[in-house]
Amino acid sequence: MAAPTIDPAPEILARSKDQPAILGHGGPPLWLRKLGNWTLTVVALGALAYLFVPIVVVVIYSFNKPLGKYNYVWHQFSLEAWTDPFKYPELKDALLLSLKVACVVTIISVVLGTLIALAMVKYRFKAKGAMGTILILPLTMPEVVMGFSLLTWFVALSWSRGFFTIIIAQVMFCISYVATTVRARIRGFNWSLEEAALDLGAKPWRVFRRVTFPLILPGILAAALLTFALSLDDFIITYLNSGLQQTFPVEIWTLKKSRVPTQINVFATTILVISVVMALLGVWIGFRREKKVRQVNP
Amino acid sequence: MADVDETGTKPNRWHTPYLLLLPGLVALIVFFVIPLFSIAQLSVKDGGLGNYSKVLTDNSTVILRTFKFSALATIGALLIGFPLAYFIAMRGGRYKNFLLALVVLPFFVTYLVRTLAWKILLYDGGPVVGILHSLHLLPESQGLLGTDYAVIFSLMYNYLPFMVLPIYVSLEKLDRRLLEAASDLYASPQRAFRKVTLRMSLPGIFAGTLLTFIPATGDFVNAELLGSDKQVMIGNIIEKNFGKDFFRPELSALSFMLMALILAGVLIYAKVLGTEDLA
Repeated sequence: MAAPTIDPAPEILARSKDQPAILGHGGPPLWLRKLGNWTLTVVALGALAYLFVPIVVVVIYSFNKPLGKYNYVWHQFSLEAWTDPFKYPELKDALLLSLKVACVVTIISVVLGTLIALAMVKYRFKAKGAMGTILILPLTMPEVVMGFSLLTWFVALSWSRGFFTIIIAQVMFCISYVATTVRARIRGFNWSLEEAALDLGAKPWRVFRRVTFPLILPGILAAALLTFALSLDDFIITYLNSGLQQTFPVEIWTLKKSRVPTQINVFATTILVISVVMALLGVWIGFRREKKVRQVNP
Repeated sequence: MADVDETGTKPNRWHTPYLLLLPGLVALIVFFVIPLFSIAQLSVKDGGLGNYSKVLTDNSTVILRTFKFSALATIGALLIGFPLAYFIAMRGGRYKNFLLALVVLPFFVTYLVRTLAWKILLYDGGPVVGILHSLHLLPESQGLLGTDYAVIFSLMYNYLPFMVLPIYVSLEKLDRRLLEAASDLYASPQRAFRKVTLRMSLPGIFAGTLLTFIPATGDFVNAELLGSDKQVMIGNIIEKNFGKDFFRPELSALSFMLMALILAGVLIYAKVLGTEDLA
């Protein structure tokens, strides 16, 4: 940065290398800045620890052998739950249902949400503002309101609640997340590539496959990962619309009245490990893709 | 976007955007907008607007408590979430992505299990209570479960990533040259922080506080698992009654009122912060 030539403040002349330009003029003394920096680091690391501790607890308590039916108090180390993870078949079924729901919800929401994002980014049309509002609304609504209103609607339609109502309920809030994520990722892309391909005689479908799709793929992958996680995680909306079908969180909610078995922690730890691996894989694929896209579309 | 190119083909006809929107929009209208209208209608069934005043007077403590808990959790999340986001964005360096991954890690442990972990942590005889007892910060006879603190801290925990991420995004987008410019123009660091960093991160703060506050107001899991009947929130009332009689107008009135209060709050908040453009 250029030092001012007129009336230089003494701090500038005295500025040493370890005082970056950002700190500016007439600031507090150095010791106070150092204290500020130190406080920032401590608060940030403290916040990370706060985020981290319960997760560590979940993992550690998967090795607990509780005294009673509730895995709340540490009793003794045991691998019992890990060697017999399917002791409660209802938990296993619930987990399988959760995974099935997450897959279906991810596919539907990604398709619908991406189409909306494409329309919003690439085209100008009249109802854009209204569409934006409809998309934001599910995000600005407590889940319990959304779930409850959908529940009364299903009851009014006399649809029995089950697999399909769970799917519909989850898709309703996932569409917004997908559309917002994809929209943010593809904003500002150079769409003239599509026109170039068309000019060169490519058929529209080929243009989509070879140009549009590779461009938007990183955004889609990010959105898919997010949707999958949201779906697995969702409790409130699913609970209100699940009927007799119990997803993993709903099953825990039902079980907790009579017991909280260690197997819950075993499954949660397994989900954690798998999703971390998947996320790393997703990041890696996205990174490689983006690198490729950057070469075409800097 | 060219509407007609030289070859005479029309790659983008006027109806293309509408076709793209159609499936998602129909789904949202049928299963999101109409259900909202249906509870609005249900909420004024036999009793009209009187249902609302009845709900308000019957549940005034619970409603106030819900907003108090959510507000405290949001303020707490902002107080520790902003420094964290700032630290990652400004000091993260090459560990940025790793630190961000740590922030979203809790999402990969199911919400209910996360909250159960808080129950383990705060259990009588658990680690937190033990530490607080030995520091004499908590009377020996008292635990933490069933207190306001337990519910607020766990609400704050569950929604903290929603606070950190949007603030991080806005700080990340911040052009560092603006800070240098401020410094060149003799702004003190505090002033530069206030006028540049804070101002530029307002959209993130706006999004983050809403994404924390709104879900917190509708939550019933934390109050149920960690609280007692002194921590009942609006969500708990809806949850407790939903199995019995869906069509009780009071329930619809309660949910619709919660939604209306929040929407009104969002609008006022947007006006105050001057960030009407969410995108």
